[in-house]
Amino acid sequence: MLMATLAIGGLGLVCAVGLGVAARIFAIEVDPVVEAVEEALPGANCGGCGFAGCSSAAVAIASGRAAANICVGGGPEVAEAIAEVLGVAVEYREPEVAQPDCTYGTDQADLRFIYDGVQDCRAAVLLSGGAKYCDVGCLGLGTCAAACPFDAITMGEDKLPKVDPTLCTGCGTCERVCPKHIIKLTSVTRRILSFNTLGDCLAPCQATCPAQIDIPAYIKAIGERRYEDALTIIKEHNPLPLVCGRVCPHPCEDTCRRRHTGDPVNINHLKRFVADYEMNSGKRIEPFCLPKNDRKVAIVGGGPAGLTAAYYLARLGYAPTIFEAQPYLGGMLRFGIPEYRLPKKILDWEIQGILDLGVEVRLNREMGKDFTLEHLRQEGFEAVFLGVGAWGSRRLGVDGEDLQGTLPGTTMLIDRGLLKDTPVGDKVVVIGGGNTAIDCARTSWRLGAAEVTVLYRRSRAEMPANDIEVEEAEHEGIKFHFLAAPTRLIGENGKLTGIEFIRMELGEPDASGRRRPVPVEGSEEILPVDNVIAAIGQFPELDFLKTDEEGKRIELTRWNTIDAKTGSMQTSVMGVFSGGDVVSGAATVVQAIGAGRKAARGIHLFLNQEDPEPPDNWVNDRLALPMLGDTPDAAPAGPRARMPELEVPRRAGSFVEVELGLKEEQALAEAQRCLQCGLYCYRRETQASQPAAAAQQGGRS
Amino acid sequence: MGGPESFGAYLLFIVGAVLVNNILLAQFLGNCPFLGVSRRMDTATGMAMAVIFVITMAGMITYVVQYYLLVPLNLEYLQTIAFILVIAALVQLVEIVMQKSLPALYRALGIFLPLITTNCAVLGVALINIKKDLYFFDALVFSFASAAGYGLALVLFAGIRERFALARMPKVFEGTAIGLVTAGFLALAFRGFAGLAG
Repeated sequence: MLMATLAIGGLGLVCAVGLGVAARIFAIEVDPVVEAVEEALPGANCGGCGFAGCSSAAVAIASGRAAANICVGGGPEVAEAIAEVLGVAVEYREPEVAQPDCTYGTDQADLRFIYDGVQDCRAAVLLSGGAKYCDVGCLGLGTCAAACPFDAITMGEDKLPKVDPTLCTGCGTCERVCPKHIIKLTSVTRRILSFNTLGDCLAPCQATCPAQIDIPAYIKAIGERRYEDALTIIKEHNPLPLVCGRVCPHPCEDTCRRRHTGDPVNINHLKRFVADYEMNSGKRIEPFCLPKNDRKVAIVGGGPAGLTAAYYLARLGYAPTIFEAQPYLGGMLRFGIPEYRLPKKILDWEIQGILDLGVEVRLNREMGKDFTLEHLRQEGFEAVFLGVGAWGSRRLGVDGEDLQGTLPGTTMLIDRGLLKDTPVGDKVVVIGGGNTAIDCARTSWRLGAAEVTVLYRRSRAEMPANDIEVEEAEHEGIKFHFLAAPTRLIGENGKLTGIEFIRMELGEPDASGRRRPVPVEGSEEILPVDNVIAAIGQFPELDFLKTDEEGKRIELTRWNTIDAKTGSMQTSVMGVFSGGDVVSGAATVVQAIGAGRKAARGIHLFLNQEDPEPPDNWVNDRLALPMLGDTPDAAPAGPRARMPELEVPRRAGSFVEVELGLKEEQALAEAQRCLQCGLYCYRRETQASQPAAAAQQGGRS
Repeated sequence: MGGPESFGAYLLFIVGAVLVNNILLAQFLGNCPFLGVSRRMDTATGMAMAVIFVITMAGMITYVVQYYLLVPLNLEYLQTIAFILVIAALVQLVEIVMQKSLPALYRALGIFLPLITTNCAVLGVALINIKKDLYFFDALVFSFASAAGYGLALVLFAGIRERFALARMPKVFEGTAIGLVTAGFLALAFRGFAGLAG
């Protein structure tokens, strides 16, 4: 017995001594800092930081290879604890949250798999990658839900992942495991810098909008009475909803799938509804902004492009300064759009909201006269955005153009913007078929002209002006002479008295696809007039670029616009970006907004030494996206909401706003007409009751 | 002392240890990690590697303990407790050494290394070595072959379970249930090797 005890005891002793010696020889020095850091980390081993688990992250943090705020799972408290261990200050990290980008689950979306003998689409996808009709949609496999280390994702009844934002830490595990890249991390900055890609589930409206607003999302928010959320969604891509809601030609509505079964959704007036809601509530919604980094960016031109660039740069933390040649901000918004369409008071309110974010303004500062690019660099501006617009008016090129009483359309509207007197005679003829021409005609009528005529060399169908503008002008008694072009202006003692014009007929289509007007010989007529307003086109005035060495190196296109890259808006001079009318030629407000945001992205990446060129899969050509021909089983809808308007007699002699805005019940009904489209899917007849149910719950999926 | 004499017999001896008398599927030792870590292929391979290493080491050490400590002192009846003591110490020692000198392998094996202490297949092989009355070298080969058989079964099983994870499965069978059924079928399949050798 003694022997046995001794033997086992001895064996144990040998083992113990061996282990003790080994532990001594092979002792590993654990850095107390690493240990303390590891202690502070949550230990979830989610890998969101990019390291293989918390231990390796702790080593990286302690050795300075990673920042103290690297942990995505822990939140700010963990970052603070680690920073305390290391004795450094915490850098700010923007919160991120996962967001699935798929509207309809496998039960509802088109699942037209092409496969042989396999029982369902999931198996087909697993076996061969599948051939699903929608190639961007969710497969409903729930990989993300299984992978989430924080149990923030559940698979809903509709086979779509649901993220609980309170549990989501933004670790990005779901984004990495999703086989279709449906679920993505998103943050305000990411959304501000995001542009449509071929991998996105884009509704036709969203794909068409030059500003790329997430239209279905904001209409859904309106339908659920979350008006502030709706406005926040809009302002992630368009900082001027009050303006756009009034003057946008809304190309989105032209592609709305509701068109297949009736009138399109009144998208633009819904936007105006929420924008007005904010203004009338008396309280501005504070947008999310990154902390200030005091890096200076110069914005030349305070029009829609410049204001947009300034707005997004301010939200990204930069310190933009707008240089404006005129005594007021707004550019063509103020000097091109008359009061009755866009009241100055409303414009001022919108602009003030942008300035409140910390945008500096220097008025009456004209580039080329008061400063040059050289000066801007000397003053410490690290990047420059040129958004000077297209302010030159094309001349008629006929005899008598310099007679008193003839004026370019922009001159009239600019003078009105500057609150100058713009007297007109009894008989006014406006030449041109764009919005500027209609604006001039309607302005003249309001100034007291008894007879206002618009001369346009093509027919009504070819008119570039918004349909609604032409209709309103007709209501106000403005006459239209289609297929007519001026040949001569007649005057007495240097004063205009008449205009001679010739009848036209439409010939072969030209390069723009519109039929070219051809004059009919001998059909000249003379019309007595007091004023002729020429609104036949605008072009950028770029002489100011010639005033300094750097400006001369900015290359121009053959249409005499600035040559900026389509993705980054970068010009041929490093650090100088450009967008808006000065790049595109005279175009719409919403196009300028899109260009301004693109430039803000370009400048942001440029200042962070990243490549500002866009990825290959940006949607540059809408034809790259598949479009449904029709929507046979779309959920039924009522009639389109009609905008209430000021009665015609009350408009004469007054510049009071004509469109009065949708009422709340109108907006809510209109929001229900939206089909909440994706790339292929849309709300079906059988699903008609679902949005209402969702509205009651008030949740956003 | 016994053991195979010719080369052919040696081959059969190894095949017998790997397939016919598979420590897992024929002798049903070490079932706990077999079910526990077989959900994913990478953990299964990690476990298989760790087991092979430890069983081979343990086979040698316990042989020494048996014939140079217990037998001379006539204490064979303390075999089990002595072996467990030695295996536990061995695993700890391996862990300490590996952490210092082979940190990459140490991280790859991770939690499986200490888990092996409680793996009955290790003790089982050590005891069978003694029961079969093998020479030292044969015991070494037998330990390694048994461990390889364990690894083979584990990896096979993990491969099957990974496919089950993606397949359509009646709710009641999901998870461990179908795992046990599969293990049963695998054991049946291994029965087919009976008569081949050993």
